[in-house]
Amino acid sequence: MLRLEKRPSPSAFWEKASPFLAVILTMIAGGIMFWILGKNPFEAIRTIFWDPLFNDQFASYSRPQLLVKAAPLILIAIGLSLGFRAGVWNIGAEGQYIMGAIFCAAAGLAVYPVESRLVFPVMIVAGALGGFLWAMIPAILKTVFRTNEILVSLLLVYVAQNILAMMALGALRNPEGGGFPGSRNLSQIPAMANPELIAGTGMHWGVVAAFMAVIAGYILLQRHILGFQIKLAGQAPRAARFAGVSPARLVILCLGISGALAGLAGMFEVTGPAGQISIDFNVGYGFTAIIVAFLGRLNPVGILFAGLLMALTYIGGELAQFMLGLPSAAIQAFQGMLLFFLLATDLLTNFRIRLGQRKAA
Amino acid sequence: MTGKVLLSVEGVTKAYPGVVANSDVSFQISEGEVHALLGENGAGKSTLVKMIYGLVRPDAGQMTLHGAPYHPAKPAEARRQGVAMVFQHFSLFEALNVAENVALGMENPPPLKALAGRIREVSQEYGLPLDPARMVGDLSAGERQRVEIIRCLLQDPKLLIMDEPTSVLTPQEVGILFKTLRQLASEGTAILYISHKLEEIRALCDEATILRRGKVVATCTPRDRTAREMAELMVGTVLTPPARSGRAKGDTALEVTGLSVASPIPFGTSLKDVSFKVRKGEVLGIAGVAGNGQDELLLALSGELKSAPGAVKIAGVAMGDTGPNDRRRAGLVAAPEERLGHAAAPDMSLVENALLSGVVRKGLTRRGFIDWGAAEVFAAGIVKDFDVRTPGTHVAARALSGGNLQKFVVGRELSQTPSVIVINQPTWGVDAAAAAAIRQAILDRASSGAAVVVISQDLDELLEIADDFAALNGGRLTQARPVEGLTVDEIGLMMGGTHGMEVAHHG
Repeated sequence: MLRLEKRPSPSAFWEKASPFLAVILTMIAGGIMFWILGKNPFEAIRTIFWDPLFNDQFASYSRPQLLVKAAPLILIAIGLSLGFRAGVWNIGAEGQYIMGAIFCAAAGLAVYPVESRLVFPVMIVAGALGGFLWAMIPAILKTVFRTNEILVSLLLVYVAQNILAMMALGALRNPEGGGFPGSRNLSQIPAMANPELIAGTGMHWGVVAAFMAVIAGYILLQRHILGFQIKLAGQAPRAARFAGVSPARLVILCLGISGALAGLAGMFEVTGPAGQISIDFNVGYGFTAIIVAFLGRLNPVGILFAGLLMALTYIGGELAQFMLGLPSAAIQAFQGMLLFFLLATDLLTNFRIRLGQRKAA
Repeated sequence: MTGKVLLSVEGVTKAYPGVVANSDVSFQISEGEVHALLGENGAGKSTLVKMIYGLVRPDAGQMTLHGAPYHPAKPAEARRQGVAMVFQHFSLFEALNVAENVALGMENPPPLKALAGRIREVSQEYGLPLDPARMVGDLSAGERQRVEIIRCLLQDPKLLIMDEPTSVLTPQEVGILFKTLRQLASEGTAILYISHKLEEIRALCDEATILRRGKVVATCTPRDRTAREMAELMVGTVLTPPARSGRAKGDTALEVTGLSVASPIPFGTSLKDVSFKVRKGEVLGIAGVAGNGQDELLLALSGELKSAPGAVKIAGVAMGDTGPNDRRRAGLVAAPEERLGHAAAPDMSLVENALLSGVVRKGLTRRGFIDWGAAEVFAAGIVKDFDVRTPGTHVAARALSGGNLQKFVVGRELSQTPSVIVINQPTWGVDAAAAAAIRQAILDRASSGAAVVVISQDLDELLEIADDFAALNGGRLTQARPVEGLTVDEIGLMMGGTHGMEVAHHG
């Protein structure tokens, strides 16, 4: 019989090691799934984790994609992790991401065709503001009317998607696009573009912003009293009130920061890799970032690696679909397993597993 | 009065990882005997009775009941054999009525109507007035305890175990309880009475077994010993009561006027028009049965619960509408009763917990950035000054024993050179030597000019350290009176007498 025994103090070893164990278990369980689907499990795992980086044929294309895909995940996940630590559950980063992109594109296109160095910084501010304002809706509803921020932020994703469609078909549609939906291609307008900074790396301003967010998040949580209050509020809400933390202020702050970062991610995406506002602009970064935040143990450095790993499974998953004919649902299940095993192995931080019966007396 | 041996415990040992809770414990209890189990917190009393009640299994040793081997694997088995227990913390549902609660604790409850009749009969017979139709949420602590006792009595127990039963009672309610217990004993029921209140044991018990660090250190007949002798057996050293030097009383440091706030706690007690004043160098003791507004008063004073600005004045400045950190800046520190989760974050280290309330007065941040070095020094200082037993300041708060964490939490507040100190249950769960040290530290702060409010359910503690005495009863505070010259009867009446039940008691 297996049984769980609570540890007196959380285990520092397992706090670090459990994500690695989760990845290994995911590979094993995923391999079994691929095997049942009639594929060679070793080949499938290799295609997902190895080929995107090291295969001669694909790596030159897929290696830069790693940073392109990881940057929005990391940027959003850093913001979400602050809220998750404080017990503020922003599930609607996808919506804030969309609104950031719309605000940024609208700000840029409003002054088109002005060519000024100031246009891009203004668009950055507009993107952050769009995400921030969209996140303030659940924040204010929660603090004033005590509504549940999980539901409100999630449902606002669908509202944002409809606004996105409306914009792509209406106000932001490219007047020279021959009636096709979608805005002008921002990445081809020099004043608005978010280009690859170093050729062949995938590095763009969003990647820079993601790294800065990691560093800022780390400093906030380790060194700043605000980070301490965030952690305290999540772990012991009554102790946080005793320490003078205002729950309402924390809700506004956490949703505001995560909304602004999600908006920024949308901004860098729409000016760079995506290029334009279109109906299918969003691809689920806001939701996947939730997994990334937890996979990274809500720790900024962990999120950096988790974002890269998650990006890898995306790229590798596409490759596996293309090369091995794996169904896309199998790839999604594989990614889901990662979160599942992560939450399961998480238990090891605070509990130890004992074999055998409770010592009989 | 006492008859043949009912329960015999021989050489019982129980070890947990890291501690031996009971080591070779033996004692006997006869029919009709009231037997005291006496010891400090952590002496092993609870583990011992949990083994008798089938909640814990001993590692070694024998128990016999009526001369037959007795090894209950679970409480239901113990109950079947006539062993019943009233716990210190009640297991009652506040939203259900008395009869429903009693039924939930029974193996095969009779129909509710019949049960209500039985409850009325038993409560009459034993002088424990109780209406089976009342909601438990509306009952006082003393009445809730009666629910638990009656639940036990309905099973016609041969052995009744009572774990610290008087900690929630007023002196008058204690009188009623003792009358009931004596009646039960005279009918042949054996009672195992756990307590560390020595005068009660002298008044009630026939025999006493004294435990210290899991071992039986003495047995005695309580009536033949003084309370002081038993205390020294229990603690193992000679106790020195805290020194009360004459203190100069200064200006009013804390003034509470007409404080009324709704309780944020479900089934909590709202404060109604509470007023008092504490001067520098003065200790105000606030007594009361648990659940009469103590938690709410602490929250309202610490700033976690806001009130009208003028209701709370610190050094003459209206601060009723300010939060905890503003009040800390003004010199007020507070130590809530609940250590884990309220006074301290369980999974955070002692350094982080030192920062939790010490950040303002100890200046542990610079422009919002935490000075971890200074926090570490502060935490280490508390550990040293208050003799907190811990492997280091980086262990999680939850890894500390209750008493050690209490020392840390109280020490953290007292180490901030406060001008006003508010403490709820300063020595709850702390051993006698540490309790004496905490009380001495509180008195020392008062001597150096702090105004102190001690909220406690331990009357002896309040009488020992307080200058003035007041009691909370249903959210109202009585007029404060000087401790000198107060009698136990007067104190009992201030605490609410028997909560309106004295008339109903007969015999």
